[in-house]
Amino acid sequence: MVLHDHAHSGEDETELVIARNARLGRWLFVGYLALYLGYMWMVSFRPDLMRMMPGGGLNTAIWYGFGLIIAAIVLSFVYGWLCRKKDSAP
Amino acid sequence: MIYIPSITAIAIFAAFVAFTLGLSFYFARKTSSASSYFAAGGQIHWFVNGVAFAGDYLSAASFLGICGMIAFYGYDGFLYSIGFLAGWIVALLVVAEPLKRLGKYTFADALDAKFRSPGIKLAAGISTLVVSLFYLIPQMVGAGALVRPLLGFNHATGVCLVGAIVVLIVVTAGMVSTTYVQFLKGSLLVVFSTILTVAILNRGFHVDSTDDPNVHPRVVATLAGQETPMITEGWQGGVYQRTKNSQTGEVTVWRQMPNGATSQFYECQTITLTHDGKKLVNGKPQGTESGEGDLFPVGSVVNLPDGATETGPLGPMSFFRTLEGSTVLLWTEDKTKITDHDGNVTTVYYPKPTSGSDVLLPGNSPTFSGLRQEGLLPKLNFLSLMLALFFGTASLPHILIRYYTVKDQSAARKSTVVGITSIGFFYVLTLYIGLGAMTGGTLDVTNSNMAAPLLSRGFGEFLFACISAIAFTTVLGTVAGLIVAAAGAVVHDLLTGFCKMELTDHEKVRIGRIGAIGVGMLAIVLGILFEKMNVSFLVGWAFSVAASANMPSLAMLLFWRGTTRQGIIAGIMVGMISSLGWVLLSADAFKDVYGLDPKQSLVPFNQPGIVTIPLGFATVFLVSLLTRGKQTAAASN
Repeated sequence: MVLHDHAHSGEDETELVIARNARLGRWLFVGYLALYLGYMWMVSFRPDLMRMMPGGGLNTAIWYGFGLIIAAIVLSFVYGWLCRKKDSAP
Repeated sequence: MIYIPSITAIAIFAAFVAFTLGLSFYFARKTSSASSYFAAGGQIHWFVNGVAFAGDYLSAASFLGICGMIAFYGYDGFLYSIGFLAGWIVALLVVAEPLKRLGKYTFADALDAKFRSPGIKLAAGISTLVVSLFYLIPQMVGAGALVRPLLGFNHATGVCLVGAIVVLIVVTAGMVSTTYVQFLKGSLLVVFSTILTVAILNRGFHVDSTDDPNVHPRVVATLAGQETPMITEGWQGGVYQRTKNSQTGEVTVWRQMPNGATSQFYECQTITLTHDGKKLVNGKPQGTESGEGDLFPVGSVVNLPDGATETGPLGPMSFFRTLEGSTVLLWTEDKTKITDHDGNVTTVYYPKPTSGSDVLLPGNSPTFSGLRQEGLLPKLNFLSLMLALFFGTASLPHILIRYYTVKDQSAARKSTVVGITSIGFFYVLTLYIGLGAMTGGTLDVTNSNMAAPLLSRGFGEFLFACISAIAFTTVLGTVAGLIVAAAGAVVHDLLTGFCKMELTDHEKVRIGRIGAIGVGMLAIVLGILFEKMNVSFLVGWAFSVAASANMPSLAMLLFWRGTTRQGIIAGIMVGMISSLGWVLLSADAFKDVYGLDPKQSLVPFNQPGIVTIPLGFATVFLVSLLTRGKQTAAASN
């Protein structure tokens, strides 16, 4: 669904590009949401998993927590990079 | 604890304030149109806007609150870091671009782009004001709490001082000066937090010798010898032993605590309110003269792996590895106060040896203790809060308006990427800073908000001065953003949008400035009134209301064609009222706001998100279905 109102700003992205970006955004969002819900589940219901030491002397709680933050940063760069084309490649 | 104000901190803070006010007055000359006052003319560069996002978002709750919570309880504070940051993904991927495309000045604009309904403007305007106000109160309370130890003023003076400076910033040049203040603050916060983290890693951990009687807390195997028992009625049969030193006459309170296979007597700290209104700290009047005493700073490691006494510099991973194998001393306030026959009431703060592995797992704090209990109900607070933080970030009006200060969608997207990177990096640092404060020997047992500034003092007066000044500017930056959002709601959504007042550009700016003064004064009054309230409680409240009132309407509007204007209005109102009502009826509110027994509260857990966010979505959906017919009929007439 695309709502557009070009009257307000100097938008230079075509409708097709906007739709593509929105689709991409939705998929990436679903992926991150799954990661985040997984974290919520593990913290609440699997403290035994949180205690495990997958490596480096850090427990899963710290790895997963840092992982969510780093994933957010990486994901934002990926999204920004994939959206950079302003012409209409679908 | 007594804090000696640092002249350097005052000087640096004064310099920051002078610089930001100078900037504001410089920009004031160029800020005459509504577009430039409320939205900086849409001309802010995406990089500046991105760092300004960080400066806008990272408030006292993040820097002081989270680091303080980690310092006292360990991992739990970091749960807030994760929740606060994850919400930006919703902003980036779901909200940023459509919002930019649809609106001009405020979030209500975007909601209303399709319908042009005064009802939507009214509902969204009210929601903006409510959320902004609830977010403002903890900022002002935080400012007052900071000012006392750092600058030596009392709470009310601090609140007025911060309020006055912010109102000046906003009244002169609105969004333009606000943006540059936030940019400045965001950069400084990230830079100095990095410096502090490097200092923490470089110092590593060390264990204090228990033989030295000048090292506090004292730890002894037995209380025989010089310490003679001093038991009075209130202390009899309790967990504490009170002794008097036969040589020095000093009175000490001890508690026997297990440490691994052995147990030892640990020196506790006390604050006594005497029957005639005097305050004694550790048995003596509080002060620095001879015969007076004060709380001693705390936060230490009692055992390191392999019996080492110090580790030397550590890397980012070996820091955790080492802590995992260590034992730290965590301090808690005993909620049971001891009343003596003479009417003296004593609060005891006692240390508890805790394993590093325990500290690095969730569930150690009172807020999240439910995570270590069985069953679903105790965990609902945590789940609810994490949902509210996730959906709340992208629903905060003062964050959303920042999208209107850049040129176009592509700039909105790029600035969010910069914002996420700065904010995410900062939140990674909070775990190091918090744990550094936990082990740094500088904590005040009565005040967790001061953990980060006090830690920096341990590294030197100059770093402390900078960190304190930055802690202040964190409040300035966020409060400025909130006041601009509230002023925008008043002028743009309520007066022009709902009341349909015809205002010229010039009049809009003038009313915006008056609105800023009004909201600023209200914020000052509330900041003084709510001095004793728990700051994170209020911030969580603001997130829950934003997530319940704003997100469902916005998301449904963007992703479901069937959303009607009545659905949006209903969604906002139901979300706002249900989440507000829930919080006002919660155990936390009973305890901290009304002073009643928390067990009498009417709701099963404190955080409403898990109930009120879905309720908001359901409301938009159902009401839209019910009113869809009317809209189609109206359209075809």
